[in-house]
Amino acid sequence: MSHPEKPMDPEKEKRKIKSVKKMKDIMTNYYIDAKTAEQTGKKVAWITSGGPVEPLIAMDVIPVYPENHGAMIGASKMGVDLCEKAEAMGYSSDLCSYARADIACATVDGGPIGGLPKPDMLVCCNNICGTVLKWYEVQARFFNVPLFILDTPFCHTEFSDEARRYVRSQLDEYLSFLETACGKKFDHDRLESVGRLSMEGQRLWQAVLDTTTNKPAPMSAFDAFFHLALIVTLRGTQTVVDYYRELLDEMQTRVAEGISAVPQETYRLLWDNLPIWFRTKWLSEKFAAHQACLVADTYTSAWCGSLKYMDESDFLGSMAEGYSRIYLNIGTDEMAESVIEMIDKYGAHGLVMHSNRSCKPYSLGQYDIQRIVQEKRGIPTLMIEADMTDARNFSESQIDTRIDAFMELLKA
Amino acid sequence: MEIFQQFLDISGDPEGYARDWKARTGGKVVGTLCSYAPEELIFASGALSFRVFGRGGAISRADAHLQAYSCSLVRGALEDALAGRLDFIDGMVFPHTCDSIQRLSDIWRMNAGTGFHMDVVMPVKLNTDSARHYMVAVIKKCRAELEKALGQAITDADLEQAVRVYNGIRAGMEKLYRLRNERPGLIPGSLMHAVVRASMVMDRNDFLDALNRLLADLSQSDKTAQESGKRLLLAGGVCNLPDLYGLIEKAGGSIVGDDLCTGSRQLTGRIDTDGDLTAAIARRYARRAICPAKHGGITARGDELVRMARDARAQGVIFLYLKFCDPHAFDYPYLKQMLEAEGIPSLLVELEEQVPAEGQFQTRCEAFIEML
Repeated sequence: MSHPEKPMDPEKEKRKIKSVKKMKDIMTNYYIDAKTAEQTGKKVAWITSGGPVEPLIAMDVIPVYPENHGAMIGASKMGVDLCEKAEAMGYSSDLCSYARADIACATVDGGPIGGLPKPDMLVCCNNICGTVLKWYEVQARFFNVPLFILDTPFCHTEFSDEARRYVRSQLDEYLSFLETACGKKFDHDRLESVGRLSMEGQRLWQAVLDTTTNKPAPMSAFDAFFHLALIVTLRGTQTVVDYYRELLDEMQTRVAEGISAVPQETYRLLWDNLPIWFRTKWLSEKFAAHQACLVADTYTSAWCGSLKYMDESDFLGSMAEGYSRIYLNIGTDEMAESVIEMIDKYGAHGLVMHSNRSCKPYSLGQYDIQRIVQEKRGIPTLMIEADMTDARNFSESQIDTRIDAFMELLKA
Repeated sequence: MEIFQQFLDISGDPEGYARDWKARTGGKVVGTLCSYAPEELIFASGALSFRVFGRGGAISRADAHLQAYSCSLVRGALEDALAGRLDFIDGMVFPHTCDSIQRLSDIWRMNAGTGFHMDVVMPVKLNTDSARHYMVAVIKKCRAELEKALGQAITDADLEQAVRVYNGIRAGMEKLYRLRNERPGLIPGSLMHAVVRASMVMDRNDFLDALNRLLADLSQSDKTAQESGKRLLLAGGVCNLPDLYGLIEKAGGSIVGDDLCTGSRQLTGRIDTDGDLTAAIARRYARRAICPAKHGGITARGDELVRMARDARAQGVIFLYLKFCDPHAFDYPYLKQMLEAEGIPSLLVELEEQVPAEGQFQTRCEAFIEML
């Protein structure tokens, strides 16, 4: 099975982000650690992507993210098979494809890494959706392990005092839950230092994303989709801080040397919603062929968007607000404002929205955001109907045509 | 019975009823979208609490705001608002429930123009002390906000009256459900449908009177039970409640109970009548039978469904789900399994539109009932 050596394209080589290899190594080691937790005596917690991971890190519990796993399943094009398995188990094909893939995967240890390590506990924060609540209930019944729910009241127009008190008291309950599950006292000093690392990681991640305010952009949203994995999975560790520092250095060097993600970048676009994991390469090349770079997105910035509510000197206390006021847990009009801020900040010429069948909190309201953007900024917008993991909901020829039409409009 | 007609009329044209009510009384109408709306507070303010069902039919205006993968309740309700069919409404109360209603609330607030807009962001989990405390705080805040929005103080005496009426309605409805369970065939499905629907839109004082008259009539009725059909329990959402009862009866079923959002689930739990009534109302919302968008333990809904099916001596369960209703769809496999473990077969019917294709629905019911 040897492949003939492909001739190296120096132009392409120059554009490759060198940190990618290190990132892959970190993620591989992380999954090895997680999958061998049983042998090393470490506890494993499954946690939602928007969930408070820092207390787990402080307790030496290995956090595992079914959503990250869902993305991997999607990217390795194993989504359809697993989703179909879930449907055979009785789950409607209209349900979230991450949830379907994960629920099926747990029963067969399938997917790209042969299934996730079994959880000792489940931590579900509903700041991203109500789906995770149902999904984690399913897994709590399946694995028969304790489930902690951090209920973050939705902030339609405000984060109320009552909600703040409620979430704050749940954080104390969360720490007690961990003490019981781990059989040891919670180390508050450790949490403060993990909290500092978490915030430092978030600041660095934001700084990495902000390098795309440069024209041309040294990286694209497609790169961000890849490098995002660390801020999601290992937030609160030194590894993340070190890695993003290196990545930031690399991006700054690229900016200084004028190395762009997309050759002859001419059009700068903002992406909304989750990636279409099984078609990122195709989409990336499709836009690049039009000299269009997706310079930013609303998705990857969600892991540092609530930094403004966090307080390093009272990390635990400020977690209540920080975890409640994340991008998906706010009103549609506030999301629209945030999209407009990003359009201005990154100098976007157009907006590409992924109407994602799997994610109602992200997708319902997009039509209004689209209208508001058109009214306030008058830039072209494109709505792509698809799904993050279930390739059955992706019509390549239709989307191909629509992107071409959208780009024509932009070029006009 | 003449009294039947009143329920049927209101159920057939709830908007017309609300308009007449408003003209007759000069009162205000507050729209709600889910059974977690604290109706007792709305009633106590003197306003009419009006459950928006989503009338169904062609969707055009709502399509500019909601993707096709939202449920017919969410799309239908928004269509009603945008088409001006809810122009009699003075304000809306949106309790927090599922992801779709959560976003509908934003879209409604930004576009519908139906007066004031109030989000009642209740806890999602209901089985902890901190959640119950938060529920009380939310209900208290809602009381204050309603007073402001309606320009009408809600006194403790108003609340006492509201609690009396709502406890009366829930107890009366429970009696009606029990009668139906004991004497299937006594109350035709279409009437039951009309009564439940009227209970969510009618002036609640008048409804309680009418319900009590109906109960009195029925208990005097010498019509014997016609235990003709197989005993069935309905379960699911069907928040917008199409009239499926009649079709199921035609297929040979006798409906002996339900665990529906717009059925008996909203009637569970009494409000304590002593102490702080706002807190008592909140406590009832925390302990009533839960919607799948809320959490009361990992098998709370399954345990409840099995208990109901046993109590009703149901021979089968029909799940009626709106297409794109995620919370219900997630629960289905385990609910089906728990019923199977009890030897109770079930049938899942997914409703794409508000009223399913009649023939197809009936055929599926017939096949299921035959198998029982």
